[in-house]
Amino acid sequence: MSTPIVEARGLTKSFGKVQALAGLDLVADPGQVVAVLGPNGAGKTTFVRSVATLVSPDSGELRVAGVDAARHPAQVRRVIGLAGQYAAVEPAMTGRENVTMVARLYGQGRRQARANAAVVLDQLGLAEAADRPVGTYSGGMRRRLDLGASLVGAPRLLLLDEPTTGLDPRSRNELWEAIRGMVAAGTDVLLTTQYLDEADQLAQRIVIVDKGRVIADGTPDELKRRAGRDVVEIRAHRSGDVAVVAEALGRLGVEAPRTEAGTNRVTIPVDRGRAVMADAVRALDALGLDVDDIGLRRPTLDEVFLTLTGSSIDDGGDVTSGTAAVTAAGTDAGTTHPSTDIAA
Amino acid sequence: MTAVTFDAGRITPATRPAGAVTAAATVAARSVRKFVRTPQLLVVSTVTGAMFLLIFRYVFGGAIDTGPIPYVDFMVPGYIVTSVLFTGANASSSVAQDLEEGFTDRLRSLPVSRTAVLAGRVVAETGLLALGLTATAVIGVAVGFRPHGTGAESLAALGLILVFGFAFTWVFVLMGLVAGNVQAAQGMSLLIFPLSFVSSAMVPVGTMPGWMQPVAENQPITVMVDAVRSLALGDPALAGLGGSTGHYVGLSLLWAVGLVAVFAPLAVRRYRTS
Repeated sequence: MSTPIVEARGLTKSFGKVQALAGLDLVADPGQVVAVLGPNGAGKTTFVRSVATLVSPDSGELRVAGVDAARHPAQVRRVIGLAGQYAAVEPAMTGRENVTMVARLYGQGRRQARANAAVVLDQLGLAEAADRPVGTYSGGMRRRLDLGASLVGAPRLLLLDEPTTGLDPRSRNELWEAIRGMVAAGTDVLLTTQYLDEADQLAQRIVIVDKGRVIADGTPDELKRRAGRDVVEIRAHRSGDVAVVAEALGRLGVEAPRTEAGTNRVTIPVDRGRAVMADAVRALDALGLDVDDIGLRRPTLDEVFLTLTGSSIDDGGDVTSGTAAVTAAGTDAGTTHPSTDIAA
Repeated sequence: MTAVTFDAGRITPATRPAGAVTAAATVAARSVRKFVRTPQLLVVSTVTGAMFLLIFRYVFGGAIDTGPIPYVDFMVPGYIVTSVLFTGANASSSVAQDLEEGFTDRLRSLPVSRTAVLAGRVVAETGLLALGLTATAVIGVAVGFRPHGTGAESLAALGLILVFGFAFTWVFVLMGLVAGNVQAAQGMSLLIFPLSFVSSAMVPVGTMPGWMQPVAENQPITVMVDAVRSLALGDPALAGLGGSTGHYVGLSLLWAVGLVAVFAPLAVRRYRTS
């Protein structure tokens, strides 16, 4: 049996009166991407910062690649790479200078650092921009450079703290591609995110954290199954029809339907997916209603979170970023990643 | 965009962690590059420096009686000392900015000595002070300042200012680390105004109210200014000082050592653990 890449037992950490970690347990095996998912203030960042030896937990045990992080933090730093919530790069230097600087700090010789920087820049698609000052980079390029800087030391474990927060959908997709490529090459990844679809897209294992504790843990599919029911989702053509559609669906489902005014979307959890789907189509047809879209899908992680905690994922944090998370999730589910929308 | 792939196998990892000197030099190189490539920083600090120098020389100067020597000879050594302080305060903001933008997290997550990283920073900031110091001295000479002492004494004065700048940079670095964001750091830096003005830098302390004089006479800026002025004028008596040049230089070095002894460990501790 291989040593877990991260092994946390009963981690606690308080900042004044705020308890960021309240007995967090997490064991991550090598060879996979683990996503720590939760609302703002759930303790995700404190956890990652503990693994990165930037925060010392008040109590509990933390091992990274088998090394006790409290006793041998310097040894832990040799096996990790960190890319934080901000692109930690120097805008006055070129991309190449930035990556080379970090390579030197990882202990690489001058020539070695330059060669490795070139490899990283090339593989992250930054070769052309490598000799331009980072100040001229787009937000997405800066994040990729930041990722490159954390990779240039060939870390065994890459820590990504909300790697795509604030990026536009295209840059997010590019960064996702980069992360996937890295995992394929064998680097272990621990990432935090408040984007449900991000965890779904990238991770083989999702750990849901709330109030400093792990509240659920499993593969994306397991978590969705645990939340139980499939969902029938219908988008009415006219906003005036939403109430009628909801009423028609209400007779078929096991809970009250949810409606979303802005998108004319009506969703309802159901027990026997396919049969209900057929019933729904017949009911709508009988009423002569126009619909833009109808589908049967697995519950989203947002719905999973709702089931597990009794509150929606965006209730925990500040309003702005919560809204951003939901919007982004919606966009991706609807356009770039239709697979999440399709019935299992 | 072409598909992004990453193959860690093509990277040759380091065999051992970076040494303290390499780490410090690497971090210092970054500070210097950042400064040199941000021309507005250079221009703003030089122009502000020159502006205040001209105001004191030509606007206030006529009203200030400095006895046997012209005001410009009295003021320029004092002014250079305080300008080092004002330039040094940038270190506080830039340290805070690094904290705010996550750059410090990146550095602290790397397998290098955190003490070395911070020391590299301070050395670089001190090097930048030398640049500003030269510019201010040149402007000082241009507006009529002439050293009265020997060439060696003038060089010693400049060296002493750098030692002092190095010591104060530790104070500013600690301030930046404690402040945690640029605005707070800038607010804390305002502390240098009373320190600079309630001193012998621009006016003889004897002209201040009686209750203020003991403070003004014994605070580190005055001690430093007195030493630099004694060297620049070649004779402490010309600046209205009773002791010998050696006395003032010794006292100011003592202050510098004291500042480093107190603030360097505090800054390092803060940087390592916060």
